[in-house]
Amino acid sequence: MGQIKLNQVTKRFGDVQVIPPLDLDINEGEFVVFVGPSGCGKSTLLRLIAGLEDTTSGHISIDGNDATQLAPAKRGLAMVFQSYALYPHMSVRKNIAFPMRMAGLDQATQDAKIDAAAKALNLTDYLDRKPGQLSGGQRQRVAIGRAIVREPAAFLFDEPLSNLDAALRVGMRLEIMELHEKLKTTMVYVTHDQVEAMTMADKIVVLQAGVIEQVGSPLELYHAPRNLFVAGFIGSPKMNLITGAEAQKFGAATIGVRPEHISVSKSEGVWKGKVGVAEHLGSDTFIHIHETGLMDMMTVRISGDIEARHGDTIYLTPDMTQMHKFDEKGLRQP
Amino acid sequence: MARAIPTRQKIMWTALAWAFGLLMFFPIMWTFLTSFKTEAAAIADPPVWLFFDWSLENYATVQERSNYPKALMNSIIIAVGSTLLGILIAVPAAWAMAFVPGKRTKDVLLWMLSTKMLPAVGVLYPLVLLAKYFDVMDSRILLIVVLMLINLPIIVWMLYTYFREIPGEILEAARMDGASLTSEILYVLTPMALPGIASTILLSIILAWNEAFWTILLTTVDAAPLTKFIASFSAPEGLFYAKLSAASILAIAPILVMGWFSQKQLVRGLTFGAVK
Repeated sequence: MGQIKLNQVTKRFGDVQVIPPLDLDINEGEFVVFVGPSGCGKSTLLRLIAGLEDTTSGHISIDGNDATQLAPAKRGLAMVFQSYALYPHMSVRKNIAFPMRMAGLDQATQDAKIDAAAKALNLTDYLDRKPGQLSGGQRQRVAIGRAIVREPAAFLFDEPLSNLDAALRVGMRLEIMELHEKLKTTMVYVTHDQVEAMTMADKIVVLQAGVIEQVGSPLELYHAPRNLFVAGFIGSPKMNLITGAEAQKFGAATIGVRPEHISVSKSEGVWKGKVGVAEHLGSDTFIHIHETGLMDMMTVRISGDIEARHGDTIYLTPDMTQMHKFDEKGLRQP
Repeated sequence: MARAIPTRQKIMWTALAWAFGLLMFFPIMWTFLTSFKTEAAAIADPPVWLFFDWSLENYATVQERSNYPKALMNSIIIAVGSTLLGILIAVPAAWAMAFVPGKRTKDVLLWMLSTKMLPAVGVLYPLVLLAKYFDVMDSRILLIVVLMLINLPIIVWMLYTYFREIPGEILEAARMDGASLTSEILYVLTPMALPGIASTILLSIILAWNEAFWTILLTTVDAAPLTKFIASFSAPEGLFYAKLSAASILAIAPILVMGWFSQKQLVRGLTFGAVK
């Protein structure tokens, strides 16, 4: 249960093609994250799978059955929305019960499932409250509870954490991952946050302008980005991308070195620059380096701290084994 | 919040507000007073205010000469009937326009509103001819349909505005949760839009209750509502102010009482979504 296949799916809004023909396989039990900058079509893609938008052409199949024309309710999927989308006039209990009520389950089964979900999500004390009386994190848990009790073929998450504050977001992220471990149900998760994508996914789908730029495990994307877009998008701080003469020395149109793959020295190195702002995170320090003659601003990540003042001259040495090379079309060179 | 306002200014504004309020209320009060006068006292010059022989005679006469309960019943059936029929049509229409708008939705809304700009007399003959053709002149069903059509643009507009306040994601969540379109409207949309729907219903009932042009022209006896009842005290026999007043008070009393009890709801509905 929970295998989703997209075959040559397209979506147009009027004259605008949001999703050009697209193929994608989501396997049973996988945690798949759609990631990309805003407006890249990731939410539209999720809504196409959910059935909340109609495909312009192409086919979507769920567990081997053609679901392209199926109503959202008939697809056996559950969705958690960014705004939680709880029913404000119903208590938490009734919110969680709603899908079961629609499915016509008997009261005893409903109660048992509500209790189990509430226990799993720490909502037992709040069952009789209205959503308006809950905090953001609790609301999100109710939304998840409402999804769980359906026992869906797959869960769809549309940026579920972006309305939460930073601390809560990390907590909920873990809870969702735990849930996936426990249920082993397919999850499709949309986010614009590449950290969320990297930490949660079994498989990341990087999208730009409706086109899949790369599909792969987080580490595949990190170690072998297929093109410049993925190289720049995955990883924080961003990969340093150098073009021109320096790149040609390596036989490429562009070379990329991640900030963590550059070592610094005060006396010698391959590249030279001036220290700009340094961001101290405690465990790591990000140093922004100017006047390298290679690119506007290079970022270097070093563990621990460094004695470097604004304006100091500094030498940089890239780790050649971790260098990425791209041709003039922006594609990865072997 | 509290600004210091000099007492003199306060008194002045209060007096002005009261004067204006009384001026607006005066015709109704005068009608009320007149309904207890004799016909002679009603047209007395100079007018008598409070010191006349108060009597319920006019009310008794009005009851004798025409059938108030029947007119009241007709008014209720027509007002409630046209409102319910209108809501039944307008909820799906407003749902469609609010949640799945097309390119021309705005135009449709404006076009519906534009029908309210048409002078009613313009369609009098076509309507009378149609009513005769279908043999429904002087029937409640005719008035229910006609008043429903007249108020429909307003009902749709109001519901549309209320529905627009409801986040579409919640309805999508219902769809994902397995709700059919009917369940979605019944269990999710309607409860959330209830204040809006209630005030729409109230306004529609009031509009239908007070509608005089069509109700007077399209009825004779059987379907005659309270508007016709009032009008029957003006025409051929001459004007009888006192009886006319009594009839008017009888006709507006129910809607006034209803309005009084539902004013909180009405205000809440009309400002729905303005304050969150």
